[in-house]
Amino acid sequence: MVFDYTLASARDALRKREISAVELVNAHLEAIERLDGRLNSFITRTPDQAREAAKAADELLAKGEGGALCGIPLGIKDLFATEGVRTTAASHILDNFIPPYESTVTANLKRDGAISLGKLNLDEFAMGSTNLTSAFGGVENPWKRQGSDARLVPGGSSGGSAAAVAAGLVLGATGTDTGGSIRQPASFCGIAGVKPTYGRCSRFGTIAFASSLDQAGPMAKNLRDCAIMLESMAGFDAKDSTSVDKAVPNYEAALDRGVKGMRVGIPKEYRTDNLPEEIAALWDQGIAWLKEAGAEIVDVSLPHTKYGLPTYYIAALAEASSNLARYDGVRYGERVTGPSLDALYEATRAAGFGDEVKRRILLGTHVLSSGYYDAYYLRAQKVRTLLQRDFLQAYEKVDMLLAPTAPSGAFAWDEKPTDPVQVYLNDVFTVPASLAGVPALSVPAGLDSKGVPLGLQLIGRFFDEETLFAAGHVLEKAAAFSHRPTLHAGVSA
Amino acid sequence: MSSYRITGETGEWEIVVGMEVHAQVVSQSKLFSGAATEYGGEPNTQVSLVDAGFPGMLPVLNKECVAQAIRTGLGLRAQVNKYSRFDRKNYFYADLPTGYQISQFEHPIIGEGKVEIELSEGEKRIIGVTRLHLEQDAGKSIHDQDPTRSFIDLNRAGVALMEIVSEPDIRSPEEAGAYLRKLRQILRYLGTCDGNMEEGSMRADVNVSVRPVGEEGYRTRCEIKNLNSVRYVMQAIEIEAERQITIWEEGETVDQETRLFDHVKGETRTMRSKDDAHDYRYFPDPDLLPLELEQSWIDELNAALPELPEDKRARLEKDYGVSQYESGVLTAEQSIADFYEDVARGADARLATNWMLGDFFAALNRTGRSIEDSPVSAQGLRELLGLISDSTINGKIAKEVLEDMVETGDSASAIVDRKGLRQVTDSSAIEATVQGILDANADKVAEYKSGKDKLFGFFVGQTMKAMKGKANPAMVNEVLKKLLSA
Amino acid sequence: MSLDAKKVARIARLARIGLSDDEVQTYQKDMEGIIDWVEQLNEVDITDVPPMVGTGLATARLRDDVVTDGERRDDVLSNAPEREGPFFTVPKVVE
Repeated sequence: MVFDYTLASARDALRKREISAVELVNAHLEAIERLDGRLNSFITRTPDQAREAAKAADELLAKGEGGALCGIPLGIKDLFATEGVRTTAASHILDNFIPPYESTVTANLKRDGAISLGKLNLDEFAMGSTNLTSAFGGVENPWKRQGSDARLVPGGSSGGSAAAVAAGLVLGATGTDTGGSIRQPASFCGIAGVKPTYGRCSRFGTIAFASSLDQAGPMAKNLRDCAIMLESMAGFDAKDSTSVDKAVPNYEAALDRGVKGMRVGIPKEYRTDNLPEEIAALWDQGIAWLKEAGAEIVDVSLPHTKYGLPTYYIAALAEASSNLARYDGVRYGERVTGPSLDALYEATRAAGFGDEVKRRILLGTHVLSSGYYDAYYLRAQKVRTLLQRDFLQAYEKVDMLLAPTAPSGAFAWDEKPTDPVQVYLNDVFTVPASLAGVPALSVPAGLDSKGVPLGLQLIGRFFDEETLFAAGHVLEKAAAFSHRPTLHAGVSA
Repeated sequence: MSSYRITGETGEWEIVVGMEVHAQVVSQSKLFSGAATEYGGEPNTQVSLVDAGFPGMLPVLNKECVAQAIRTGLGLRAQVNKYSRFDRKNYFYADLPTGYQISQFEHPIIGEGKVEIELSEGEKRIIGVTRLHLEQDAGKSIHDQDPTRSFIDLNRAGVALMEIVSEPDIRSPEEAGAYLRKLRQILRYLGTCDGNMEEGSMRADVNVSVRPVGEEGYRTRCEIKNLNSVRYVMQAIEIEAERQITIWEEGETVDQETRLFDHVKGETRTMRSKDDAHDYRYFPDPDLLPLELEQSWIDELNAALPELPEDKRARLEKDYGVSQYESGVLTAEQSIADFYEDVARGADARLATNWMLGDFFAALNRTGRSIEDSPVSAQGLRELLGLISDSTINGKIAKEVLEDMVETGDSASAIVDRKGLRQVTDSSAIEATVQGILDANADKVAEYKSGKDKLFGFFVGQTMKAMKGKANPAMVNEVLKKLLSA
Repeated sequence: MSLDAKKVARIARLARIGLSDDEVQTYQKDMEGIIDWVEQLNEVDITDVPPMVGTGLATARLRDDVVTDGERRDDVLSNAPEREGPFFTVPKVVE
């Protein structure tokens, strides 16, 4: 049935004309209609455009033409600007913003025939790990704890993307990862997600949170699907000065390389005192799977790991405070007017930004301000150098690192800590790779005792996503993760 | 050194001035976007979504703007920094779309250099250049179109500027004026800024402080913003210095602040503070990576650098035998120097110099034309001078011909032919005329012969008049001498 | 390093975010907690460590000086919350 397709199998079925793009798209639109009132994974749905695109895709497919993603229904995180389609960053300040331009990543996906079903929910301006900071409401994780109907968070910031994929509403979704925003929700929702090397996917047209960290990546049911998507999304873009001019390999072909003879590092600093037992056990299981597949396991040290989070928050918030200065109610976005220009700015930004975004802008402004710059921002950038060195030194000994993706499984909406620092701790395992700019991915590896999925993370060398796909695929096969969430398109309500 | 001093109630004061000159870079497109830089476009047409700060838009650095900054650095004999970086200067303003200006704060592309200025009576001084960096211009706020609103035009937003910062080496309004003029001259020679101050291509911020003569160290300075002419710079410094001296002499202290110069009222006044807390929060722009320059590129640009004013002066003095004063005038603008050389290369250099600085410039002044749209081409002037050199016409007639050229645009030889101005060199014709004059003035001839030598000039004048000025003056002299001594 | 209410109000003004007095109190508490937490970076020896600028994977790329953009006023003004003819408008700014 339709909802058993992965992106890869749907692609093959479309080419063999076992199913039409129109049927595939309609089935997913119907599932969205059915489930998303509750999940709230979409901010904006674009069914009419999707149906049009599906017809066009079928015409191409009928002729044996069409790109790698021809006819594949995807969801787009609402941080990617989409020409003529409202793009909000889940913020009221962009309530009615309609970009006259398309982000490079979504343009690449379109070029290859992918069909967008709409724009997916996220934490406001990608700031959060729960998706609860969205101005358009939180997203419900389609997974449930055994015997409980409590609403769980899908993680964040790409929570809408993770939930929509997990619930079978789309065959894949774009995400962005600044400090874990692809990997952590992927882990919380039992799907695969890849944060490529910084510079691999263009940032042009993607609304910036922290420019030196933001990186787009695919989120899908498995790594093969992610590989197919990433191959389309990635590539050099002259419009992004930080884009790196390097050929995009065939990631899908790397999946079956295996890990025989590869050296996998286990960073000892990730084994924190308060790491939950079942996550430690899953990590050990992952080590065993890779070993069985012929990898050599090596203990490594990333000595500055514990400084990753504070470093990340200083660097990211400083950049964010500046990146978000443009939302001032003058050229686009919602305006609250006032008697003077400054009054207009203050009223517009007070009304347009949510609580978490304001807190982060204020902190970012503070760490850059005169008298504090050296103590906070400059120091953090120096520690960031040390964090990157940790990885580069480790990679002299190993080909990749294996670690948990997150320190917990999905928690309930009302279990979100009120202390912001406690929320930030969710990103403890994902932030270091972001700071170093190295690629990382998360694959679902098992369920915790409450029946909620847990992911394992692989972290690789610069531009060596292929090795991560190969090792990740070994983990996928060993884990044979075939569980489905309670709320799923393929389950009749 | 002639020192500029202001006499106050308590004694003599000197002024200390440093300048920040913002020079618009000559380029087709903006510093970080592909929109045009052309002056005077319809509002908001020369704007890309990058310039307008749309979400997700990213800056990409313009190679030519970097090259222009390097050329300028080389022209200022300054250090070119192989590593430089772009920083964000954060502040809110209606015509600053992203909420930050991309500039170079910590690592500018050009380091220390110097500018030699020349004062009246040929005195020279060196003014140090601290640094030069690249940055974006802001858009334009228009305040006079509506009673309650300001209008925003982003055409200028993102155009490349070079900010050239001087050391506080300037000690008089005259030096400030000379520095600005010299800087403008160098930039125009290099082709890196058109120096058009009326269109705002060059603007200066001036830092002024005063101190009693003999005092070491600097007192509090005030910055006078956005001066767009040499005259205003000089006036503003003088007026601001007087103001500060009065304050100090009244026993008060000068507050460090930004001021505006009101040329109508002849005063400086404090700018309504934009924000009680100015804090630009500079940090490296994460959208742009550090700029690392190859020595080979710098060398390439250096090799292709045009001749600079000082070098050109020295060469003109050597090649054409012009004086130091003359070389100064002839190199004030590259276009004048080019015109001069075009004329002088094919003519008697001395003649060319005299005519350029004399009758030709007078003609330009009279017609209000610039050298670029001169009514007489270099080739035309050269032809005229050739006619003098080969004795086709004499100098006096040549003045008449030049006027005709300016008026009609005809060539010198055409005018000479049309008007029949060709000099008479037929000695028998001159002799006949001279004889006629002597015959008609027998009394004066007698006086001359009895020793009244001055009458020789009278005979010359009468002869030239009779021959409508066309006689060869040397021949007239010769014939007169011969016949009078007969 | 303490962050008093006055300082938070000043930061909010710099960031042009209008805050009520109550909000200043709330943010002050949150921000102080976060600032205390990031102070742990003071433990790290950063002697002779250069700050990270870029990821070291590339340096600045330069584009040719060609006009490739502009002449799209409709796009530029398409989302303007308020405009007058070809201009964006804001409350009058007194110089």
